[in-house]
This record gives sequence, C-alpha cells and structure tokens, in this order.
Amino acid sequence: MKLHFFHLMPYRFLPDDFAEKHRSVWVDVDSTLFDPVKGHQIYNENLDELEYADELGFDGICVNEHHQNAYGLMPSPNLMAAALARRTRNSAIVVLGNSLALYNPPTRVAEEFAMLDCLSGGRLVAGFPVGTSMDTTFCYGQTPADLRDKYQEAHDLIMQAWTRPEVFAFNGKYTQLRYVNIWPRPIQQPHPPVWVPGGGSVETWEWVARHNYMYCYLSYFGHQRGLHVMKGYWDEVERQGKEPNPYRAGFLQFIAVSETDAQAEKDYAEHAEYFYNRCLHVYPGFADAPGYRTMKTVRAGLRAQFERQAAQAAGGELNWKTFIDQGFILAGSPETVRQQLEEAAKALNVGHMMVLLQFGSMPPELVRKNTELFAREVMPHVRHLFSEYEDEWWIKPLPEQDRIAPQPLAMAPEGTAAGGGS
Amino acid sequence: MESRTLSLRDGMFKTHVEVGGDGEPLLFLHGSGGLRRGGYLDDLAATFTLYAPEHPGFGASEGIEHIDDIIDLALYYHDLMDELGLESAHIVGHSLGGMLAAELAAICPHRVRRLVLANPVGLWRDDEPVLDFFTLSPQQLLPYIVHDTDAEAVKEAFAPPETAEEQMDAMYQRLQSFSAAGKFLWPIPDKGLKRRIHRIQSPTLILWGESDRLVSPSYAEDFRTLIQDSQVVIMRECAHMPMLEKREEFVSLVSEFLNDGS
Repeated sequence: MKLHFFHLMPYRFLPDDFAEKHRSVWVDVDSTLFDPVKGHQIYNENLDELEYADELGFDGICVNEHHQNAYGLMPSPNLMAAALARRTRNSAIVVLGNSLALYNPPTRVAEEFAMLDCLSGGRLVAGFPVGTSMDTTFCYGQTPADLRDKYQEAHDLIMQAWTRPEVFAFNGKYTQLRYVNIWPRPIQQPHPPVWVPGGGSVETWEWVARHNYMYCYLSYFGHQRGLHVMKGYWDEVERQGKEPNPYRAGFLQFIAVSETDAQAEKDYAEHAEYFYNRCLHVYPGFADAPGYRTMKTVRAGLRAQFERQAAQAAGGELNWKTFIDQGFILAGSPETVRQQLEEAAKALNVGHMMVLLQFGSMPPELVRKNTELFAREVMPHVRHLFSEYEDEWWIKPLPEQDRIAPQPLAMAPEGTAAGGGS
Repeated sequence: MESRTLSLRDGMFKTHVEVGGDGEPLLFLHGSGGLRRGGYLDDLAATFTLYAPEHPGFGASEGIEHIDDIIDLALYYHDLMDELGLESAHIVGHSLGGMLAAELAAICPHRVRRLVLANPVGLWRDDEPVLDFFTLSPQQLLPYIVHDTDAEAVKEAFAPPETAEEQMDAMYQRLQSFSAAGKFLWPIPDKGLKRRIHRIQSPTLILWGESDRLVSPSYAEDFRTLIQDSQVVIMRECAHMPMLEKREEFVSLVSEFLNDGS
C-alpha cells in the first residue's frame, strides 16, 4: 500500500463563535476574517509540513483546489505544487487536482501539469476532479447541468494535447481552438497518471473504470461511511470485467497518532472539533446545486439524501466520541492506528491511502508530532499490504541520478551584493 | 383539459401539453418550478383555446439535452407552434416563461398576437438583484414568492407533501425543474434579452405582484421602457405567483387585455 500526506491548508484562526455568527465557511465566507499576514504564516508552515513528509518517506504529497473557502486556501494547487517540486526529492507530487471545467481554455491544465512534470522530474500525479458544487457552480458560475459535459470535453482536449504530436484543431462545444500544440510536454509518457476524485456519482464510477484511471474518494467522514461508495465503484469495476486491483483506488482518512489512546484525545480533540464544527459549516443551499448531480445519480441516492437531510435538520455539534466511534478519525496509539488502518484499507480495498495528519486548527508542532509518529510507527507496518499487485497508476520519474537538485543559494557577503548593486 | 404528448424533430423531443377550451389560441409558458396545474388554466380555457406545454426537462417533457440556451428554447417553441398548427397565438409567460415569451416575440414578432409577461425574469439591475432562488428550500422560498403565506389559496397551492414518498417525489421534481431552469438562468438571469427586446411588436401587458421578492416590481418599468407598445399593471397584495395568489384578478386582467385587440 502507498501512503500519501494530504494537506487541505485550512485557515486556523476562525473565531470560536464562527458557526453561530456566520452562515457558511465557503462561497460567501466573511472576507474580513482573513488576515493576510496569517496567510503568509500558514502557507509557509504548510509547505514545510508537506516537505517534511517527503523527507520522512511518504510516497506522495497531495494538494487540492478550493475556491472562496476558509478550510482550503489553495485556489491554485499548481502554485503550491511548483513550490514543492523544487525542495522535495522523492515523493510524488499529487495534485488532486485541477477542476477541468474551470480552466479556459482547458489546455491551460495540460500546459501547467506538463510544466510541473518537467520541473519535478516526472513526479506529477495529475488529478482531474469535476470539483464540488460550491467551487464550480457557485464560486466559478458554471451552469450545473452542463458541468459534467464540459468536464468531459475538457478531459478529451487535455489528453489529446498531451498525446498527439502534431498540431491539431479542436472543435468542441465549450472550447474551440485552431492550433493545439502545447509546449512543454510531460516527461511521463504517454502522460502522467490520472487520478479522479469522486463523490459517489454513478457516472463517474463508470467513466473512470472505462478509462482505466484511478478513482479516489476524498471523504471527511472516514472509512466506515466510505465503504458504501467504494463498493459502488468496485461493483462497477467488476461489471466491466476488470481486475479489482487495489491501486485502482484511493481514499482520504483523517489520522491522529499519539503515545496512547487517551493522549490522542488530549492532543487532537479540539482541532478535530474545529474542523468538523467550523470548517464544515457550509450553507446547505450551496452543497448541491440543482443539476450538479445527474438525475440518474439523484434517483439512485434519493432515499439516502432524504434521510441525510432529516439527520442534518436534527443537527448538533459533533464531538470526539462521534469521530472515533464512527471512524471519521483513526486515532490513538501507534498500535491502535496501525490495526485500524490495516482493517480499513482491506475493507475498502484501497492501495493509495491518503492520510490527513494536519486538520482544523492543528499547529505546526502538533502536525510534526503526528507526521513523525505516523511515519515511524505506523507506515512501516502497513506498507506490505497489497504487495502482490502491480501499481499501474503510479509515477514514472526520471532515474534519481538524472534528477537535478536546486543549487544551494550563493549568498554574497554582507554589503557586496552579487546581483548588480551599486 | 386534455393531456397530449407530441414528438418533435423525429423524436428528439417528447413534449407534454395540456390542451383545452375554445377560442383564439393562447400559449401559456410556465416558470422555473414547472407547470402548476390549477383553476387558472381552466379559467383561461373558458375563453381561449389554451395550450400549456411543459418545457423540455420539466415534468413529463423530454429533450433538454438538445437545448443549450434560451435562444434554442425559443426556436424549439417555434417548432412546437408549427406542430400544433399555430401560425400565431397569444402568449402568456410567467417568470422564466416570461423571459422565454419575450425572446420568442423578439425572434419572430409576427407569430405573437398579444403578449402578457407576468413577473418575468431576463433583465438585471445591480441595485435590485434577482433572488438566487436555487439556494433556497421550498420552505425558505415561499415568503419571497407569495404575499401572504397564510392566505387560503397559498396554503392550498403550496401544501407540503405528506408521506415520505410524496416528499421524495417533490424533491426529485424540484431538482429536475431547477436543473433545467439553470440552463437559462445560471448564474445570473441576463442572457442578452436586452439586445433583442426592441424587436417585440405585439401589444404587451406587463403584470407584476407588488410584493414580489424574487424579481422586484422595479423591473416592470425596465420592461415597459424597452417594449414599444406596452403597459404595466401592478397587482396589490400579490407577489410572484399571481395566477395562484390572485386567480380571478389574474385571469380577468389577462383575458381583458387579450380580447382588447379583437
């Protein structure tokens, strides 16, 4: 099993009364709550955390895209990936990803991903999400009923832009280009591995399996609730007569490791509560624009949605006991986490486990502790899982000796500026 | 009233139409919530030959995937009029249907005899933005679209579904209607009507409920200025749903205006 360090880059300084005083953390979140100086701090701390994960031997480091969102400060994950490409050595740089329908023209994604692949020496994983309703239909104004069609057309254009050597014309419904001929081109041929984050839509399972891409479910609600979605995907893989290779799938899991189970609660409870009660405080009207899900998917999940709305109406704050009992977070001593993670991975049949070790308001010291304990005490014990399978959805970087490292900075002595000072 | 199903363009569209009555042809174009059955349709059919179709993607009508924008939809309605054998007709459009009726009349002015726009969308003012009703639940939306939530007519028309099955069905219908409506209204219901509206030649009645909080009555004056032969009537104690809130007044205003020309 491969283990990836995932970062959402949440804003850590939302006030205690955020959920009472504000209607949403996303889309129309109060801009006066953002302090750019704290932003400076957060970006730099978070990049350090991702770089540290590379040093500790995580297989991948993951960034993602959100807009107008106080728990995800990466409108452009590609900027973060570019920063990471320079100072990390071995981890895959997993961009999960670029919401294809939002880029105009979508060749922009083909270009920037090709740049990242060259810059990183072929370490890029290209994530192609449709994007959430909040990001795509509300923040970026996409017509909900057209979104998936536009996404698929963008996908076709990007794949052709990567794989066709000649200059070609693209006559799409949403994009028309007379001369498609991107430059640079990716190191990984025919193209970087494609991972598709999904949220349980019937069409996405079918589409991902048909294209032989990797499907990942980026849920905030843990492995128990994730079973249902992953089962839908695996049923579809089986229906298409394909091998149920665990590396066809990824899953996001919150993890909190400490010396003991009791200490884990002491260390992490307040930060988890911050995440679930403030960061996920999304106005329900933004969660699912009419047409964002196809009517087929709506039909398939109507009863579940109906029951969920009833449960939401019942509401209430979530606490540590819920997180643990329902498996939102795997928390405890290394032994506890090891055992639970292994069970979860087997139940989900997931070869790419993305772990979220920074969540909510967790400060850098605690992230460091969690990351270190996980990397040293948990990771080595679960890596053997699924070793009998070949991972066809993995990066093909340049051989290590051919990868160029940044030169150390040539600091000029004080007062004798090398850069053309007078 | 009689329900008919028509097939257009070799089966690309399956269109459900309510037809009834006798008299001059009247095409009623419904709003984003779908075609609301109700006494007002029967009342109109007492004086006119009424055609009340469901737009593609709404109710039982199919083919929304072949429609990209409001112009496609307006041209589809010209095909439907051909299929119904209507050289021309009166057109009454409500809300989204009002926007559509105005487009239809601008594209082919000679096919529209007299035009009624009831609380139409289609224009935009920064000082009075049209409500983003897509983000509201039915319960949240109601006070924006009716003048008095306790009025008998309102309680009858908007009675919440009782069983869980009925609630799920209503949820599905609403998602389906709004998904289709989004093709014409998302994210801002201004799709260029202002560049075409000057072509409307039909005598036009602009009806508006004074308490409409979905699309403010202040838009009435904008429509009046842009349509050559037009007049405004503001309805008292009424909001966005005049045919349900003030059925008799709505029917008589519409009937009198349409009969005025004959």
